[in-house]
Amino acid sequence: MSIGHTLLGLLESGPRHGYDLKRAFDERFGHDRPLHYGQVYATMSRLLKNGLVEVDGIEAGGGPERKRYAITAAGVTDVEKWLEQPEKPDPYLQSTLYTKVVLALLTGRGASDLLDAQRAEHLRLMRTLTERKRHGDLSDQLICDHALFHLEADLRWLELTAARLDQLTAEVRA
Amino acid sequence: MMSGGPLLVARELRKSYGPTPALDGAEFSVRTGEVVAVMGPSGSGKSTLLHCLAGIVTPDSGTVTYDGRGLSAMPDAERSALRRTEFGFIFQFGQLVPELTCVENVALPLRLTGVKRREAERTALHWMDRLEVADLGPKRPGEVSGGQGQRVAVARSLVTSPRVIFADEPTGALDSFNGERVMTLLTEAARSSNTAVVLVTHEVRVAAYSDREVVVRDGKARDMTLERTK
Repeated sequence: MSIGHTLLGLLESGPRHGYDLKRAFDERFGHDRPLHYGQVYATMSRLLKNGLVEVDGIEAGGGPERKRYAITAAGVTDVEKWLEQPEKPDPYLQSTLYTKVVLALLTGRGASDLLDAQRAEHLRLMRTLTERKRHGDLSDQLICDHALFHLEADLRWLELTAARLDQLTAEVRA
Repeated sequence: MMSGGPLLVARELRKSYGPTPALDGAEFSVRTGEVVAVMGPSGSGKSTLLHCLAGIVTPDSGTVTYDGRGLSAMPDAERSALRRTEFGFIFQFGQLVPELTCVENVALPLRLTGVKRREAERTALHWMDRLEVADLGPKRPGEVSGGQGQRVAVARSLVTSPRVIFADEPTGALDSFNGERVMTLLTEAARSSNTAVVLVTHEVRVAAYSDREVVVRDGKARDMTLERTK
């Protein structure tokens, strides 16, 4: 995720202090991975250097966290461009799971238990996310659904691979 | 989760249809108040397992014990009574009687056990309210959407306050949104009334509403949660 663009976008509704920006980011987009203060200040000084934000005021007390930032016209254009630009879909062609399955077969081991164990692990996480979704607000539901659909895709792949294991074993060991 | 001791236990179940074994030594157990997902590829034997557990199909060998009583040894009448009063059923579709209104459909299992109409419909409306379909009472199944009809079916499965609900692909005919709503309402209602749920599904997002999963493959059932904690 582009932290720079996200912080810029958060500034569009009005000027904010660095700590306020971090809090807004964590609340909306941080989920299990909150931003470090260092990341916020490094990003803000880059945006400042590029003319996408300006310092709107400095509170007494000094220190970087006392600066209040405002988005510039160039910053607004930059956010707009970013929103219009489609994200590149992840090709998902590098898969540790696939590597593990093939390596297990190449080394004469079975892959069936590996697939079953992975399936149980995926489902465990899906249960946690489903539970969180049940108690969460709409934002929580949407972000958990995004994760759940991806995990579901993995599980469908695990199922299909399990069904093709004999064929794959013959091919890999040929 | 309010799970007690094992309520329904299957040991070494075998069942063949002609030369094809549908179950080949399947093991299963569910505790009071527990939601267990039964998963596996098509034709793996998961529906046969559910039918044996519910006493709808008699296994060729092996035992199913419900609350300490062997299902196979029970006279037919006793087993039928058990299914009417202590078990609830939800299927994929086609389970509501089209000639009856929704509230009459929900009240039906109570009426079959001799409960008077007024009382049966009052209890039915209570469960329909829990499933957020109380306003559909006077409508016939043909007049409601698939998602609404399935919630009516869930209300019907709960109306006798059963100790076990058997759900075979309960969201199979629904879109994601309606499917998830049905699962949320079903599992919340079951957990709050300490009802066990045996949930057959091939959808992992549906299985994620369970407490644990059992995978059926080639007629054998494996409890993945138990194996992981071994």
